[in-house]
Amino acid sequence: MSLIISKLVINRGERRIVGPLDVTVPRGSTLAVRGPNGAGKSTLLRALAGLLPITSGTAILSDSDDDTPMSERCHYFGHLDGLKNALTVAENLTFFQNLYGNKTMSVAQALAQVALPHTIDLPVAYLSAGMRKRVALARILLNHRPLWLLDEPTSALDTASQTRLGEMMQAHVSAGGMIIAATHLPLPGSISAVLEIEPATALLSTFDEAYL
Amino acid sequence: MSGNTNTGPSTSLWAGFWAIFTQSLTLAWRVGGGALLGLLFFLAVIIIMPFAVGPDLKLLARIGPAILWIGALLATLLGLDRLFQADLEDGALDILHGAPLPLELMVLARGLGHWVATGLPLVIGAPIFSLFLNLDATAIFGVTLTLLIGTPALVFIGVIGASLMVALQRGGMLLAVLVLPLTIPVLIFGVSASNAMNSASATIATSFSAPFLILCALTLLSLVVGPVAGAAALRLARG
Repeated sequence: MSLIISKLVINRGERRIVGPLDVTVPRGSTLAVRGPNGAGKSTLLRALAGLLPITSGTAILSDSDDDTPMSERCHYFGHLDGLKNALTVAENLTFFQNLYGNKTMSVAQALAQVALPHTIDLPVAYLSAGMRKRVALARILLNHRPLWLLDEPTSALDTASQTRLGEMMQAHVSAGGMIIAATHLPLPGSISAVLEIEPATALLSTFDEAYL
Repeated sequence: MSGNTNTGPSTSLWAGFWAIFTQSLTLAWRVGGGALLGLLFFLAVIIIMPFAVGPDLKLLARIGPAILWIGALLATLLGLDRLFQADLEDGALDILHGAPLPLELMVLARGLGHWVATGLPLVIGAPIFSLFLNLDATAIFGVTLTLLIGTPALVFIGVIGASLMVALQRGGMLLAVLVLPLTIPVLIFGVSASNAMNSASATIATSFSAPFLILCALTLLSLVVGPVAGAAALRLARG
């Protein structure tokens, strides 16, 4: 299985944000998406997760026998963690696990992986920003999905947690998974390829001049 | 993937539906959830009415069912604007979009959970609050029964508004302005069915079964239209 992105273009309103983009992420590899603020890294990840419409082109996971949509075969890990302040860590994670189905490990095991087993019965409101981020990382361990879309996964994490994130990512790709991580910081773990993207406003003006 | 327990797709859909339903219930009853607030607001509306109308017991008994219905309608709207807005703000909506559960069923589960948490307490409170309005036993039974049947319709009409609030990125009073006109049919048939059970207002309504059956139909209709329209609005908000 590999992720094949071909001629992918994402427009928002009249502006082109991403593309045209051709890239393949083979099984068991990590693609780092780099670029300055506003380059369209988050837009690309959201579109791949099915949260934004794709203007033209395709992004498919290449195994012909499965017609599940992309949105149900990836974990989208964005800036917002989706955790409810009023609920405990265990309640939040159990909710996501039941929602996605296809369970891989228990809530306690996932929390142990992010070194937060003691927070299991604490309300999420009591956690610090970095701890919330780690609980959110535990969420993507609960259910197996082949593609991880990580948007700035290292922000708010301390050095030890970044190392653990690197180990998590390594374990996922070793098991045959794929990762696309958008970041402007160095990523922990090994990176198979780097995709540099530029803010598209400049591209659009040259495009217009060339074709008008 | 040795620990991979692969349950069938229908089992996992039901697990997802149940997870959203129970989470809505839990959130509504936790601190800041608003379930108790709705009930207290309902009580407040009922209590101020005798002060505004005056100590005319006959008049109160005649308009009692209408007051209970208006109170229940306003109390239902009170908690609805945060229903999906909260999911948008904390990012849960992005995660919900990735679930195998169709968005329509997700909206249905959220709506049902919201009704059990906030609508059902109003129905249970109605017989007690009716005493403030000098209703007799038959009238209390009538108004409680119509509220039990009618409040799901109010919730699911409100669900459409709550989903639109996500697309418009604003909430609060706009929800009430959008939703209140749509609830008029429910109000008309709910109140006229309960008036038919009320000896103090029997002159203005005679038949119970006709408005009651239309109320049942409105509820069934809203249970279908609400999730479909709500899911459409949420998809619009995503793009």
